[in-house]
Amino acid sequence: MSLDVNLDTGSSDAAQAQHEAAHLHLDVLTDEAITIIREVAAECENPVLLFSGGKDSAVLLHLALLAFAPARLPFPVMHVDTGHNFAEVIEYRDRLVADWGVRLVVASVQESIDAGRVVEDTGPRASRNRLQSVTLLDAIGEHGFDAAFGGGRRDEDKARAKERILSFRDRQGRWDPRQQRPEPWGVLNARIRKGEHLRAFPLSNWTEVDIWNYIALHEVPLPSIYYSHTRTVVERDGMLLSVGGPVVLEDGEAPFDAVVRYRTVGDASCTGAVESTARTVQDVIAEVAAARITERGATRADDTFSESAMEDRKREGYF
Amino acid sequence: MSTATATALRGTLRIATAGSVDDGKSTLIGRLLHDTKTVFEDQLSAVIKASRRYGDGETNLALLTDGLRAEREQGITIDVAHRYFATPERSFIVADTPGHAQYTRNMVTGASTADVAIVLVDARHGVVEQTRRHAFIATLLAVKGIVVAVNKMDLIDWDEAEFDIIAKEVEAYVEALPTPVPVVAIPLSALLGDNVVGGSVHTPWYDGPPLLQLLEQFDNQPRIAVGPRLHVQRVIRPQGGEFADFRGYAGVLSGGTLAVGDTVTVQPNGITSTVRALHRAGRPVERAEIGHALVVELADKVDVARGDVLVGADSATPAHVGETVEIDICWMIDAPLTVGSRYWFKHGSRTGRATVTAIDHCHDLATLERVPTDRLGLNDLGHIRLQLSEPIVADRYVDNPDGGRLILIDEATNTTAGAAMVTSIAP
Repeated sequence: MSLDVNLDTGSSDAAQAQHEAAHLHLDVLTDEAITIIREVAAECENPVLLFSGGKDSAVLLHLALLAFAPARLPFPVMHVDTGHNFAEVIEYRDRLVADWGVRLVVASVQESIDAGRVVEDTGPRASRNRLQSVTLLDAIGEHGFDAAFGGGRRDEDKARAKERILSFRDRQGRWDPRQQRPEPWGVLNARIRKGEHLRAFPLSNWTEVDIWNYIALHEVPLPSIYYSHTRTVVERDGMLLSVGGPVVLEDGEAPFDAVVRYRTVGDASCTGAVESTARTVQDVIAEVAAARITERGATRADDTFSESAMEDRKREGYF
Repeated sequence: MSTATATALRGTLRIATAGSVDDGKSTLIGRLLHDTKTVFEDQLSAVIKASRRYGDGETNLALLTDGLRAEREQGITIDVAHRYFATPERSFIVADTPGHAQYTRNMVTGASTADVAIVLVDARHGVVEQTRRHAFIATLLAVKGIVVAVNKMDLIDWDEAEFDIIAKEVEAYVEALPTPVPVVAIPLSALLGDNVVGGSVHTPWYDGPPLLQLLEQFDNQPRIAVGPRLHVQRVIRPQGGEFADFRGYAGVLSGGTLAVGDTVTVQPNGITSTVRALHRAGRPVERAEIGHALVVELADKVDVARGDVLVGADSATPAHVGETVEIDICWMIDAPLTVGSRYWFKHGSRTGRATVTAIDHCHDLATLERVPTDRLGLNDLGHIRLQLSEPIVADRYVDNPDGGRLILIDEATNTTAGAAMVTSIAP
């Protein structure tokens, strides 16, 4: 990627006029995110960018490349691999890091299980989602990372709405929502002691629509499962879960073929697909703009456990 | 309050809500989100479920923003929550701030980035201490306008005379402040929705727009132009390959516009050069505006490092270079600030040590009196002097908020201890 590349080839003149106000907003968000990424990279000795292969982390990585262009990305990216992946996402991850020339670190939940650091739930509904926190914190400690960029957005969840842009984690990796550092004017205070670390959220002020507008404007590649395709699924608790991976069929459940796409990409055991015929970025933007259910509500079984599921997981060190 | 021309594209508007406890701030934001169709069905059903659990009679829209368990249990806002909505006109970023005096520091944080402060007043109680406190803080932080949302008008039978008394009292109060801003008052009911997104049949005597329309038309262009400044965050050096000779200075532009060919002075060392190229989000641009995140290439090989500031040579107001500063400060931690206390400071991209040399006074936010004191406690607002370990390149906050703000960091805990606005800089 060079400074001279004109990335703005995504949409027609008519569509662009329609989205002019939205793009003005996107410019503001882009300036803000790039500024945050540069500041954290300047203040911290050993940052890392958390990369799941999902759309938010793809946008985050793209912004990080722009922030330092024409120089290379001055830090690695890390994938916390639950072992319960969509094959398309791993293929996409490996292609993207090769094409964009970034260094990839993989932290494996399977290795955490094998090493006895975590105990895996058993049963047909077991998910490794919550186990990721331990693997993530272990990897941060092992590599000595003092800051981890994440693609978290305040509009995703009511606990995330309270999150700082630069968020302090104690030696145990815990988030204390009652003891957060104030961030007047967005001035970032990156001072920590050894063993503590920071989480940085450059996309804090972005919404799902902003993410898709950026993907359209900059033609950010995504895993194919974000677009409409036919998949064998089973309906469970109102969600369409993919069959053939970690999801184990229960008695009476009948798999069927459906035309779907994924609105979020997470652990395959608890990420649901939505019925959709959206085959292009513009189709998806139209669909998201008309959506009546939040992306996490529609697609994440892990967030519907309880009213404060996300707050509880974040306190333990989750993304 | 001025209105932008109908054809002009209006940029993102940042809003902070303020006001006393139970004035209905969170309910108002919930109403804005709900009536602009920003609330999703699963969020609404979760709110209805939670409203029943916490014993709120009807659907409590405040639960849309009070996201922490402790807040929902106590029914109050403790920390700033951010919410987002957009209309065909523009996008909005809302900071919902706490009303309790004990969380004043969070109100300061929420208002620090706001273009507009919405100060809620309960129509039954009129102007109270928190109204004055928050209006004062909002003007001190240099919001561009204050909207007085006179809420719960339904509970005083939409009484025009009562509304006028409140509106005039806030206007007169703000007018008398050191840095007044335009004030507009709106009679509304956040609970019922009158004059929030649409108009109201109950206020034929009110000829102004509903709240949302006012916000859509609010002109948030920067009010001041001291001349361009860019605090260098990082030097971009590819070191090898086709860009081996590239050297760019990354930072955010404040204070004015900058164009290729402009002359800039590198402060504090005073060397002058010319802008050879500008890049924004990886693309070359000829000209940049306030708020743009840039990489600047200079025509000459000069010594520039993180912490330095590029200042437009023909600036209307020269940047001040000095290590003795006077500041207004909001104190944000329990341990009091006293004369002789030492902290870290961060101003722009420069960090160093700061020692408190004098405390001039504390602002009594109720009476606006300047009270002599030897310490500032949690949530106090005062005026103090600092001796810095190294010079900063700064503006007075009233001239350029981006160049006139700094934070103090507690040496023992590393937490952010104070938010400061520069009132003077001396060598």
